[in-house]
Amino acid sequence: MLESIVHVCLAGLSTGMFIWLVASGLTLIFGVLGVLNFAHGSFYMLGAYFCYTLLGFLGHNFWLGLLFGPLCVCVVGFVVERYFLRYVYHLALPYQLLLTFAFVLLFDDLVKVIWGGGSIGSPTVPGLSGSIPILGRNFPVYNLFIIGVGPLVAVGMWALLEKTWWGRTIRAASSDREMASAIGVRVPALFTAVFVFGTWLGAMGGGLAVPYVGLLTPGMGEAIIIDAFVVAVIGGLGSLKGAFLGALIIGLLSSFGTRFIPTFDMFLTFILMAAVLLWRPQGLFGEAA
Amino acid sequence: MKRFWPYICVALILAGLMAIGLFAGRFVVYMSMRVLILSIFALGYNLLLGRTGLLSFGHAAFYAGGAYGLGLLSIHVTTNPLLGIMAGMGLACIMALVIGFFCVRHTEIYFAMLTLAFGMMVFSLIWNLREVTGGDDGLVGIVRAPISLGIATFSISETSHYYFFVLFCFLLTVVLVYLIRKSPFGLVLSGIRENDRRVEFAGLSVRNYRLAAFVISGSFAGLAGALGALLESYTNPFSAHWSHSAEPILVSLIGGIQTFTGPIVGSIIFIGFREIIERFTQNWMLWFGLILLVIIMGLRGGVVGGVAQLFRGEKSHVAASGGAR
Repeated sequence: MLESIVHVCLAGLSTGMFIWLVASGLTLIFGVLGVLNFAHGSFYMLGAYFCYTLLGFLGHNFWLGLLFGPLCVCVVGFVVERYFLRYVYHLALPYQLLLTFAFVLLFDDLVKVIWGGGSIGSPTVPGLSGSIPILGRNFPVYNLFIIGVGPLVAVGMWALLEKTWWGRTIRAASSDREMASAIGVRVPALFTAVFVFGTWLGAMGGGLAVPYVGLLTPGMGEAIIIDAFVVAVIGGLGSLKGAFLGALIIGLLSSFGTRFIPTFDMFLTFILMAAVLLWRPQGLFGEAA
Repeated sequence: MKRFWPYICVALILAGLMAIGLFAGRFVVYMSMRVLILSIFALGYNLLLGRTGLLSFGHAAFYAGGAYGLGLLSIHVTTNPLLGIMAGMGLACIMALVIGFFCVRHTEIYFAMLTLAFGMMVFSLIWNLREVTGGDDGLVGIVRAPISLGIATFSISETSHYYFFVLFCFLLTVVLVYLIRKSPFGLVLSGIRENDRRVEFAGLSVRNYRLAAFVISGSFAGLAGALGALLESYTNPFSAHWSHSAEPILVSLIGGIQTFTGPIVGSIIFIGFREIIERFTQNWMLWFGLILLVIIMGLRGGVVGGVAQLFRGEKSHVAASGGAR
């Protein structure tokens, strides 16, 4: 029983860290730009496909693929923000959401055109493949690696936002756009930079997902974006600390749910999301508006 | 002469709709029914989006409520389509009342996320309660039994006969939505969209008005779902999925959310374009995404708003209020 619970916890942690990798970019973009980006799931998908393709050119070195793949997606993110999203910031919510939704449709089909509609089997990573025994049961090494990467990204983002000049500027622009602009921050350029950085995070999640999910499919972005929304909402829209803890909660909840009450595991996630929104719309860890 | 134009237009459109039912081939009739059903869904939905200014991502749940309400009644109790539609609409209405009660506490992004959460709850229930809903297989074998009105019986098993029934429901929806928009109630909804604080100060309960708009739009979604289930003789859990909730939003946006006919024109474009694009290529979502980009970037009044602007030859009020807020 104990080893079973430990394994369920580990599975939950790795799922949670995955959602965190995607939700971190989503939360950062919402916190600064105020846009809930449906296309973030597409960046995740594009990250996975780009990394996969680059593997072929780079002598099947996973790390090189992970370095260059997300950078390619950043170019896509730049185009989306600079030439489209920038012009709808002042509009009502439906226009912003639906603009990013239009990109979801676009990228889903583009991936089908370029890579074909079927699923692609993904490679294993040398040194991180196989599994090791934990309490008498095998657990994939790669999942342990993901459990380690998640907190690293969290610490990195915390340091970036709290300890650097860049982070201060970003926080200033997110708390008061006009004031920041008045003291000489180039807000539009900063927004583009933040969006591209968020894109990079999402694409990085996708790249890391290549060996984890095993199969790449054109719909993989849509599946994870709703999870990321749930996590972002539970933690508090715009709060990175909240997103991290929210991802842990959702990861553990869904893995325990799948293990003990498989009929209602999806239901549990959404009832938690609705309950948090009703009880504390600013999220479990967000500050009151 | 000028003031007769609207009547002539309406008469011509009605004649055209009748002609489709009488003379067109089965395929055209079937596609027209899909347009009419999506129009009912979108017309009701736009009372919430265009009038009240609330973006719901959970209305597919009410569509599914209508479809499953009718389907379950038809399979287990009676095949009477009128009772089935009433059951479907009733279920959708109750669901909208319960879900709406919680959702109207928030606006903007929090409202959108709450409706998304409740919609996906309904989806997961339909998906997982296999014994009741058939799980991912959906409900199969919903029959289109004749409509009996006591004295007369009206068969709808033929596609063209069913078409007239759907057309009747569509016209009823058009009239009802038109009346609601023109009524004092509809004006209050517009007021809430423009400035909810002022409506509050005028002594009206904004929350109750929002809830009423939510329930009305949910009931129309239920009607659309029931008609859709009868059309396909089938319904599946994805009718409750959030991606299906996006459909009435897209349709309203294409046609123009600040116009009355926008959702209808949007439905024609949505279903017509999809059919045409799929003839030539598999990638209809790619083209549809591009169309959406064009509309959001440059034509925010939607197609109807754009055409109206063209006719007036000026910067139209419709396009302007549809854009900025």
